[in-house]
Amino acid sequence: MTALLAAASLSKRFAGLIAVDQVSFEVEAGEIFAVIGPNGAGKTTLFAMLAGALAPDAGIVTFAGERIDGLTPDAVCRRGIARTFQIVRPFPGLSVEDNVVIGALLRRTEMASARAHARAVLDALDLADKRAVMASSLTLPDRKRLELARALATEPKLLLLDEVMAGLRPTETDRLVAILKQLNRDTGMTILLIEHVMRAVMALASRVLVLHHGKTIAQGAPETVVRDPAVISSYLGAEAAT
Amino acid sequence: MIGLWRSVPTRGRIVIALALAVLVVLPLAADRYVLSVLTLIFYFAYVGQAWNLMMGYAGQLSLGHALYVGVGGYVAALLWLKLGIGPWLGVFAAVAAASAFGAAIGWLGFRFGIAGVYFALLTIAFAEFTRIGFDHLEVTGGAAGLFLPFEERRVGEWWNLRGGQLLFYYLALALASGAVLLVALMARSRLGYQWRAVREDEVAARAVGIDAFAAKMAAVVISSAMTAVGGVFYAFYYNNLFPSQVFEISRSIELILAPIVGGLGTVFGPVIGAFVLTPLGEALIAATARLGINAPGVKAVFYGVVLIVIISAMPGGVWPRLATLFGLKGRTP
Repeated sequence: MTALLAAASLSKRFAGLIAVDQVSFEVEAGEIFAVIGPNGAGKTTLFAMLAGALAPDAGIVTFAGERIDGLTPDAVCRRGIARTFQIVRPFPGLSVEDNVVIGALLRRTEMASARAHARAVLDALDLADKRAVMASSLTLPDRKRLELARALATEPKLLLLDEVMAGLRPTETDRLVAILKQLNRDTGMTILLIEHVMRAVMALASRVLVLHHGKTIAQGAPETVVRDPAVISSYLGAEAAT
Repeated sequence: MIGLWRSVPTRGRIVIALALAVLVVLPLAADRYVLSVLTLIFYFAYVGQAWNLMMGYAGQLSLGHALYVGVGGYVAALLWLKLGIGPWLGVFAAVAAASAFGAAIGWLGFRFGIAGVYFALLTIAFAEFTRIGFDHLEVTGGAAGLFLPFEERRVGEWWNLRGGQLLFYYLALALASGAVLLVALMARSRLGYQWRAVREDEVAARAVGIDAFAAKMAAVVISSAMTAVGGVFYAFYYNNLFPSQVFEISRSIELILAPIVGGLGTVFGPVIGAFVLTPLGEALIAATARLGINAPGVKAVFYGVVLIVIISAMPGGVWPRLATLFGLKGRTP
């Protein structure tokens, strides 16, 4: 099986600080891949380079056999990568449904078919009853699901999730985990997530990459990675001790 | 277009049909003055609609739309005066020239990330230096202005816009109605949704694959092209063009008041805004004349106070309030 997404020696430097240092990994089609690490490890920078928000200083990103590093965010999305934002950014002044319609319009030119697709996605994410509500009046968990819906409506091959679990209560986390699992199982969608909530990582990820000071310190199955001494001392230490 | 009509609630359809019917037959009953005020209302509804596309839908603030009115007017007037090319043909040249200006401003602003108020400053700058340029341009008569002379033999040549009040009344009505239809269709189109996405959050819009640069360019080009048609109307209606009048920043401001008061990013906002503001201005002129108040600026002060009251009472615009009040809200299909 060839990798759907491959990063080779990705690096990014900000005025003397090396945020991401020679990071390489491959994400296979159909898997759920997690990137974890303490604050400041370079996760968000790595994510931004994958999503086209930042151009890497060095290294190559390949998606479905095509180089995508340095492309603009919209070009990356058109190639089949959708993302969510760590701090949610729905279109506040539009209805929930119109938010998702805008995502659906990426692959559809007909309004009627885009609207039908948007409704199907809203149904799948339990947002159907809120479709006429303004996005600005949603609660945080609903906004997170709305962002997910909008991203899914673009029918991506790869979904990039930037700390979607942050700020959610455990029950809400479990709900989102179940939705993502189902999505991955039913549609075979490949997911890459950056996550702090280990509960979600352990439940979802088939493989995990651990970053620390911009470098890869471990990579592998989640059960193996959490027992890795380097990971425990740099990241899980406090949590594991308690 | 059938889908569009279906999305309008029954009550709204009745109001639209009635209003159009009344406006069409009104010249039978109304006098010249009333027709001239209505012509002005339609004109402001039309250019307000053009600005509304760019600001209300795509979220790009232009404070220099007088530039497109002026360029459109001057191009058509020059073609008529110097080459005898009538406005029906001249309008294409006018649109091409004004949208070239629009494209240039848009490209500079959007390519180099000049956004928000800085973009607005750029639009003002362009309008201002064009004004100064025209002040010194010999072929247009410079600061002394350009006049479209009254010619006896041309009277009644409606195809050359050489007609009376009635001709301009119907022309302005057609322009305003056409603009409402165009904006209604655009608002429901794919591009219309892309504009709203860019307006709401450009970063998020790009993340769902929208080429924000292309969407904004489309907005400024369409808006400037539409405004240029208004400029052609202006030139042939008033028969004179002065750089200090057409390119003035106060002209740009005047043009954006109707959509702001009526409701930004709504299909009927600019129309309602024009119907509120133009008669208000006329009434103030009449009232100050009747009361014998001659102090300069009195009218402007009253106008300003009324504007403040309306905007603070209905910050979302007059139209959304009316629509909710009378059950005229459109349905999403």
